[in-house]
Amino acid sequence: MPRFFLIAPLLAVLMLAGLAAPAAANPALETLISENIDQIDQPSRRTVEPLVASIAATGPEGLALLQAWADRRLGLLDGRAVIADGDALTDAATGAPVTGDPKMLRPNSGVRSVIEAALAAGALTDPDPARRAAALDSLSRSADAEGLAALRAALDDPDPALAARKARLERLLTIRHDPDSAARVAAIEDMAGDVGLDFRAALNPLLATRRVVSTTEPQGNIADELSPGSKDLPREAAIALLIQEGALDPALTPAEQRARLVANITNGSVGGIPVAQLSDPTARDRAYEALEAAGAVPPAATAAEIDAALETHRFFDLYAEPDPAVTDAAKAAQIRAQVRLAAMQGIDLALDALSLASIYFLAAIGLAITFGVMRVINMAHGEFIMMGAYTGFTVQTLIADRTLSLIVALPLAFVVTFGAGVVLYRLVIRHLAHRPLETLLATFGVSIALQQLAKNIFGTQARPLTAPTWLEGSIVINDVIGISSIRVAIFVLALMFLALFLFIMKRTRLGLEVRAVTQNPGMAASMGINPDRIAMMTFGLGSGIAGIAGVAIGLFAQVTSELGQQYIVQSFMTVVVGGVGNIWGTLAGATLIGGLSKVIESLNPSNTLAAQTFMILFIIIFIQFRPRGIIPQKGRAAEV
Amino acid sequence: MSALLEVRGISKTFDGFKAINNLSFSIGAAELRAVIGPNGAGKTTFMDIVTGKTRPDEGEVLWAEGSKSLLRMNEAQIAREGIGRKFQRPTVFEDQTVAENLTMALKAERGPLAVLRWRPSPDSEARVAELAAEVGLSDHIERKAGELSHGQKQWLEIGMLLASDPRLLLVDEPAAGMTLAEREQTTTLLCRLAETRAVVVVEHDMDFVRRLNCRVTVLHQGSVLAEGSLDHVTRNPDVIEVYLGR
Amino acid sequence: MTRTPFVLRHPSVLVVLTVLAVFTAAVTAGSAAYGSGAIPVSMIKLLGKTLCLALAAVAMDLVWGYLGILSLGQMAFFGLGGYMIGQWLMYARTETIVAAQLAQQPIPATAQELQDAVTNQIFGVVGSSELPLVWSFAHSLTAQLILVLAVPGLLALVFGWLAFRSRVNGVYLSILTQAMTLALALWLFQNDSGFRGNNGLSGLQNIPGLDHVGQATLSVWFLWASALALALGYALAAWLVSGKFGSVVRAIRDDETRVRFLGYPVEGFKLAVFTIAAMMTAVAGALYYPQAGIINPAELMPIASIYLAVWVAIGGRGRLYGAVIGAVIVSLLSSWFTGGRAPSIHLPGYVVNWVDWWQVALGLTFVLVTLFAPKGIAGLFDRLSGILPPRRHGRDLGPDQGALQEKEATA
Repeated sequence: MPRFFLIAPLLAVLMLAGLAAPAAANPALETLISENIDQIDQPSRRTVEPLVASIAATGPEGLALLQAWADRRLGLLDGRAVIADGDALTDAATGAPVTGDPKMLRPNSGVRSVIEAALAAGALTDPDPARRAAALDSLSRSADAEGLAALRAALDDPDPALAARKARLERLLTIRHDPDSAARVAAIEDMAGDVGLDFRAALNPLLATRRVVSTTEPQGNIADELSPGSKDLPREAAIALLIQEGALDPALTPAEQRARLVANITNGSVGGIPVAQLSDPTARDRAYEALEAAGAVPPAATAAEIDAALETHRFFDLYAEPDPAVTDAAKAAQIRAQVRLAAMQGIDLALDALSLASIYFLAAIGLAITFGVMRVINMAHGEFIMMGAYTGFTVQTLIADRTLSLIVALPLAFVVTFGAGVVLYRLVIRHLAHRPLETLLATFGVSIALQQLAKNIFGTQARPLTAPTWLEGSIVINDVIGISSIRVAIFVLALMFLALFLFIMKRTRLGLEVRAVTQNPGMAASMGINPDRIAMMTFGLGSGIAGIAGVAIGLFAQVTSELGQQYIVQSFMTVVVGGVGNIWGTLAGATLIGGLSKVIESLNPSNTLAAQTFMILFIIIFIQFRPRGIIPQKGRAAEV
Repeated sequence: MSALLEVRGISKTFDGFKAINNLSFSIGAAELRAVIGPNGAGKTTFMDIVTGKTRPDEGEVLWAEGSKSLLRMNEAQIAREGIGRKFQRPTVFEDQTVAENLTMALKAERGPLAVLRWRPSPDSEARVAELAAEVGLSDHIERKAGELSHGQKQWLEIGMLLASDPRLLLVDEPAAGMTLAEREQTTTLLCRLAETRAVVVVEHDMDFVRRLNCRVTVLHQGSVLAEGSLDHVTRNPDVIEVYLGR
Repeated sequence: MTRTPFVLRHPSVLVVLTVLAVFTAAVTAGSAAYGSGAIPVSMIKLLGKTLCLALAAVAMDLVWGYLGILSLGQMAFFGLGGYMIGQWLMYARTETIVAAQLAQQPIPATAQELQDAVTNQIFGVVGSSELPLVWSFAHSLTAQLILVLAVPGLLALVFGWLAFRSRVNGVYLSILTQAMTLALALWLFQNDSGFRGNNGLSGLQNIPGLDHVGQATLSVWFLWASALALALGYALAAWLVSGKFGSVVRAIRDDETRVRFLGYPVEGFKLAVFTIAAMMTAVAGALYYPQAGIINPAELMPIASIYLAVWVAIGGRGRLYGAVIGAVIVSLLSSWFTGGRAPSIHLPGYVVNWVDWWQVALGLTFVLVTLFAPKGIAGLFDRLSGILPPRRHGRDLGPDQGALQEKEATA
């Protein structure tokens, strides 16, 4: 009885108020009690209702009495009703403390449900909005026809939000409990198109069906007639149903046949057939027939019998709800709800995809920059992401305040990985200029060394990187659409980096020089730009962004030494699909890959591995049609 | 004289820049032709289109007797049809010997299986030796091509072109980086080759073109500006303005 | 060119085959089954597996060192080969065991019952009771042996055709091959792909019908088979890269466009070498996993293929013997260091435990080799025999290099 627990504390407060001011005695209640003392002592389910209603009408003290009654805390002492609260006793009508040994009342469950309904109804009109809201909560969880009547009587509410809730609940309860079909249909049609879980839950019982086997068309509200062997009713299920209904002898499974044959082995043969021959199914059948003829085993349904039974019987789904008008309306409403729901799920999916795309974008942008400028794939890029995440973790162990540690960690991760990138460039990549495949392998060497180093330093177990509290939780728009705050933050971060990157590229000297080197390194060099310095800077920049991506990823994923590996392949794909040397290409690639993986995942939610497989296959095929990516590098130079 | 190669109304645009604009061109079976034009006139793109490296946006490229369209073929198929190309910078396989370079270029089946079955015969060895002698590399036949001088690489590449015996030879600035004596030799070779096949020479150097003494096609902004003998085109006022008048 | 016998023109082939024969004979002499017993069975298995890895490295060198395609998905073929032979090993052995169990029953089992019981035994772990379609031929050794070659070959053919046709090159192609093996591994990880998900196939060291032989003898047999496969594979690879075919293949590596203008169908050559290498790798895998005893999809993850590239790079690519040396040395060192048998180094204040630090050392060694010895260990042999190679790319650094760089990187 959950609703008690909600109302009880409020009543307790009320009773304390009563104790403090015994002057608030209730003469009407007092009269009522003394007139009906017998019925309070021996209430009956059928006759108690008017009395309960009258008690409830006397005001807060009446409600307190009802609550105590329902809680089995009401007792009778010298013809007066007393409420027990632990050891303390108070008079129900006057609120004055009393002493003595009252006779405690134990109303049966029927009476109690009448009292509870009255309590809920009373609470609906309570002056305290919190109590009205609590009453609505309890009503929406378990209500019956009485609750509906009480709710209808209390629809007016000064608080517009509560009034709306009441109106909605009234519609829902009408669908469930109104005896008048026309009213229910009207309520269903009112709410059609709503995607709330409560509405869908209200529709489901109306559309519940049971399966019936019959030779003729059965009485009742028929939902559908099924033919055996169809998708909804496989042949095996139809046969099982017939056997269950007794319309067919149980069929003989090979295992049963075998068990019965084993039970009838005599002198090394069964039914006159030697055991050694029984590895042949036809021999087993002949043996069984022989046993059947001898009456040693029960007859089993033959294939012909099964066919005949299937032929003569019809299979129906019957609605539990007898009125077709209601089920039709419910069906129509459910379809509309499903359509709306699908649209909402589409929006939700798009939000998910957007957040995944932001992550891929953040992870891939650094890779795209270095690849665009130097035509070098940095296999250690994933390890830079990991390095950023571990930087975040280390900062968090030093600074307790999570918001502050995050504010420190983001730039620090950038600095650390920027430095690592510059070192990697100066020590390795610069010496392998113009040998992209060798660079790929050398950076792979760096990658495995860094991974093992992280394992040696931080251990193999996952390290948590906890988000500040204001990033926990999620933004919920309705029952279907919701997105966690961290993902929104990452989306914002991705947008910021896009803006920052565009600013650097289009508005700064560095950006100009980077673009020059990207488009024509030779010409740029002869214009006095030092390609080596530009390459170093861009490599540092790309690595630095990876570090920041690492902090962002660490906020929702566990930080392990393999963190980078989980994102590196997707990052490569983003760069390859998007096209080289263009930030919009990376953005398009990230959007495509993020969106695609979410769509495939939603088509096959149980199997994320399959989703990844299909995504990679798609990319391999995509490359066939756009070998240079969505936004290819322009100019004749790219044709070489 | 029926045309060996006929190019009709081809156009090609790179990102809005019209590299070739409604260009038509034809050359006979045994003819030497020089194509000249300022930078960006579309000479290289023209050669790319004929050899299948670039696909034009519109127009036709017809080849030989049956007027086969070359547009549907890839580079390798076009090369097997008998169109050879010499790049401006010598491109030989530097990791392999002169003999290997020449052997690869010899006229033979090109499919992987055929190449796998291919065995050097006295004929093929004789032909390689003959070609090496012709381009003056007899002494270097077992040396790696990477060890040769720039000029020797040029000659090796010409030797490879001869080995494949093309019906149409496209030569991109053959005289670049050659000494005067080598130029003389190249001129003679090109003229001799043109007796049995079509040769198109893309050249900047007017002096060299004059030595070739052949018909000249002037390209400008992706189309033919003038065509005729060198003296004829150099008198053309348009040509003087865009190319020679500077 | 005069016609001299193949091995005389390529003495390194003779040297490698002789060393291999001597090695095999020596190990056999030290085995418990055929000799003194000085070498434990586990060591013989390790050596046999190493020979298989060397064969895979030879195939990798064909593709990378000679054809110029850095395939980061080569171990996909290795794993597929293992899976194909593993299917028969597991099915046939389970069938023997199940048949023996069913023979205890009062009446003999039908063919259907036998198959159901086998299926149940193999696929119970992934909650399936039906024999997946991909196991249709698992009962037949011949069919699965054909599949060892056919499945990886077909995969290489289709993938290669798609990739080469669209002229995907250089780094792009490497990433694409990596994606291929990742996709395959992820697919195999699924329970409903029919290969027992992440359980993989196990018990492969027991050869059906050879239960009476014993692992000591079997390990030597597999060593012989691996050595034979390596010898044949090496000879095949050496034959392929000699002569005009090898000449064209190396030319494709150095300047693909130029080879096209010579009229060679570049895609055809690439496809041929890629497919042959895939099948060689598959044979190596089919011999490796019965010695390892278990195969699971993790073996196909991209990291394994990258290690293969590392071995070839350290050994020296573009030299077949370099690939063999690299694979043998690095993989043996790896198992020595990670097996916990290498002595720790005691530094003041810290103990370098090789189990933890070997990966770091390998990674850094690899960077150093790439930087300072791009020809790997085989480069030392060249130096010893006085073949100082010409500088292949003699052009100066500068604007020209930009073109080369772009060509390698873009599709």
